[in-house]
Amino acid sequence: MNYTCSPDDDCSVMLGSIGVRDVDDLFADIPDALRLREKLDLPSALSEIEIMRLIEDLAAKNRPGRCFAGAGAYVHYMPAVVDALASRSEFYTAYTPYQAEVSQGTLTAIFEFQTFVCKLTGMDVANASMYDGATALAEAVLMSAHVSGKKSVLAGDALHPHYRAVLETYCRANGLELRILPSAEGVMDTSALAGALDTATAAVVTQNPNFFGCLEDVAVISGAAHAAKAHSIMVVTEPHSLGLLAAPGKLGVDILCGEAQSFGNPVGYGGPALGILAAKGEFMRRMPGRLVGKTVDADGKEAYALTLQTREQHIRREKATSNICTNQGLCALRAVIYLSALGNAIRPLAELNHRLAARCKTLLASKGFLPIFDRPYFNEFAVRIKKAPVVMKRLEEEGFVPGVHLGDYYGEYADCILVCCTEMTSPAEIDAFAEAVARCSR
Amino acid sequence: MPVIFEKSRCGRSAYAVPSWELADTDPIPAAMCNDGVDLLEVGEVDIVRHYTALSRMNFGVDTGMYPLGSCTMKYNPKINERVAALPGFTSLHPLSSPALSQGSLEVLYDLSEYLAAITGMRRFSFAPAAGAHGELAGVMVIKKYFEKKGENRGVILIPDSAHGTNPASVAMCGFQVREVPSTAEGDVDLHKLAAMVDDNVAAMMLTSPNTLGLFDRNIVEIARVLHDRGALFYCDGANLNAVLGVAKVRAMGFDLMHINLHKTFSTPHGGGGPGSGPLGVSDELEPFLPVPVVLKGKDGFYLDQNRLDSIGRIHSFYGNFLVALRAYAYIRMLGPEGIRDAGNTAVLNANYLLSLLRKEYNLPIDRICKHEFVLNDKDMPNGVTTNDIAKRILDFGFHAPTVYFPLLVPGAIMIEPTETENRETLESFAAAMIAIKREAESDPEIVKSAPHSTPVRKVDAVLAARKPVLKWEG
Repeated sequence: MNYTCSPDDDCSVMLGSIGVRDVDDLFADIPDALRLREKLDLPSALSEIEIMRLIEDLAAKNRPGRCFAGAGAYVHYMPAVVDALASRSEFYTAYTPYQAEVSQGTLTAIFEFQTFVCKLTGMDVANASMYDGATALAEAVLMSAHVSGKKSVLAGDALHPHYRAVLETYCRANGLELRILPSAEGVMDTSALAGALDTATAAVVTQNPNFFGCLEDVAVISGAAHAAKAHSIMVVTEPHSLGLLAAPGKLGVDILCGEAQSFGNPVGYGGPALGILAAKGEFMRRMPGRLVGKTVDADGKEAYALTLQTREQHIRREKATSNICTNQGLCALRAVIYLSALGNAIRPLAELNHRLAARCKTLLASKGFLPIFDRPYFNEFAVRIKKAPVVMKRLEEEGFVPGVHLGDYYGEYADCILVCCTEMTSPAEIDAFAEAVARCSR
Repeated sequence: MPVIFEKSRCGRSAYAVPSWELADTDPIPAAMCNDGVDLLEVGEVDIVRHYTALSRMNFGVDTGMYPLGSCTMKYNPKINERVAALPGFTSLHPLSSPALSQGSLEVLYDLSEYLAAITGMRRFSFAPAAGAHGELAGVMVIKKYFEKKGENRGVILIPDSAHGTNPASVAMCGFQVREVPSTAEGDVDLHKLAAMVDDNVAAMMLTSPNTLGLFDRNIVEIARVLHDRGALFYCDGANLNAVLGVAKVRAMGFDLMHINLHKTFSTPHGGGGPGSGPLGVSDELEPFLPVPVVLKGKDGFYLDQNRLDSIGRIHSFYGNFLVALRAYAYIRMLGPEGIRDAGNTAVLNANYLLSLLRKEYNLPIDRICKHEFVLNDKDMPNGVTTNDIAKRILDFGFHAPTVYFPLLVPGAIMIEPTETENRETLESFAAAMIAIKREAESDPEIVKSAPHSTPVRKVDAVLAARKPVLKWEG
């Protein structure tokens, strides 16, 4: 199966018009020694029927299971309206909206996305989205370093380990120093923070809820950062928490970044994801990535366009605020449709998520699996389970994705797992999970 | 068009939260909570009407020909959307154990093998979420390679025809950018290049075929000049479509490259993402790939995290998996002949379209082109500019070409038809371009005041930048 359509007689007319005899002549500028004479070493072409079978077989080799894992990717219910609208091909077969006159659909949706992010976070300005949460954090830190001219960054060790790793990669490439602060009982150790802050500190990075699921005192951390003339950067990986928790904009946060996959996008083995970046107004002209602004057309009618492009690589080249040239447009559109459907029900949904997690935590504790931290949490918590890797393997055999093994990332928490509940883990399923944990631990 | 927030009315809803009536056994302290969130309240019908209306204000490949140069806006097969929606893939949590993830790991492993077969590179990493992200990872690999060798090289060379992302990616890794001039015929100026390459040059980045749509005839010599001084050669694979099955990028002398799956391998552009920019490297550079790398062991596929020389992690998880899956399906569908046919037809279509337009539009560099070609507005009468042409072509039901790029051609009009447009469509596009030329001669105002039939008229970008309004405030 292929998608070209030049029958032989078309082909000869076209070659005649060009003035060559053979398609091969069109490659005369490629040195002979480079020309491939043999067939590419690829599997033979398949019909659509065969492709469908092949890929269904591959899909069957995955076992998604009943998911109690979170840690930066969250399984939430996807209202049917999200797929129905986001699969309109006028949206998904378009390019970046450079020609505003024929891209108002994409542009309006991104403007709505920026509005949703600002409303949820209490920040002044949000961009059109980033690749994912980890690179959004890296870009947030680079922005802070560029604005402040300082070269050192502090982050708590309850930052998602993958985010920390990505941040390390970007810091290394940019000559920035990343210092990791220990946590105390599951949250940032504020006395360690006070000791570490100095005049070289560009920013303090706090994830909330943090990787362990615990809620941080972001206002206190922001206060400490500001006292040292550093920026407070907050990371959020589960944005449903914003339906319940105080807006970062009210907690002294200067730059908010993170992951919004859980709004209307499937976990999809981690991608495509949906990075978000929002900030106080003073950062507007230093933000990386696309921004959509409201304007008018030649008739004075409301219209939207990409704006403040002089920050960007296609104009500023090596002096740009970032090399980023796309956003995750379609993922942002899905988030916008999802949030439109959810609307103010985000509050009761967030409450439900928390109560389900509380039910799970209490049930597990009643069976002897105790939480490792006594801290407020949203929909994720860490719990100790002896011989966790063995128990998790057995749980997998029973059809669960039993959370994330903390020991993979933190030597001191070898027998601990991070458990997440959402509206996709019903009370009955939580009860079954707790029973299964007990059974698999015997 | 009003935004969705303006349709909000108290009491409407499109989401029912399950009524499981759970007690709050472990309440979050009130001081940590908000006093409610005011997003909006709309019904499902409102949402459907609103976004359906918005979709109709968009132009996509499914609407019509999208000859946006260097963006390879080919048709996106519908089967790819179906396979990428299979629950076995969409519902798989990224931290599921390898035992639960064999299907996805197999896709990533095999796709790397296919891309290796097409390009001659050793292995690909799918962590980069876009072309620019692939470039960034590539420049990090270059940096790490020289660190490992104990060499301190501070410069990366970039031709004056390069995409803006190239210098921006280089700058993000602390390298200095030096620009290599092109000759009047559109190749890299080999003599000037030779004079620029010294022991401080880490690499050169080149788009191949280049952004003028031309294959650099000195490619082998360029590689030799660089390699003789120990420098690496990076291929920006944005234009890979032209050489599919015709020549391997590795054989041209490139050491590493990124591919834009959303261009060459037909995954939809999504209105600006998600794309996928896998980074491919030679044997020598393989140890530096970002972690994790998908490998095949005796117990199946696994994620290799322990790679001492790796540049590190660059994505929260493994990149845009569902995009890679679409590219996998596309390559399996086309097979070796279909892949080669895609490249050949893309080049045939571009040259045919060029043959139809060259009498009416100025062609700054007159050579056989590859998948795209660059015209400009030099011959346009009555002060009609490239931007006017771009806006007027929208009225004829086509998307505009890429304009004012590459920068070395003043008033550039860069046209890439791709292989999926048939002869009649190419001819009607050419007829529209020629009609615009006639209008420019006889009625220039109609061109200058275009577009006339689009959902909105010419958009005031200056106002948008002068008084930025970046969110709805009611």
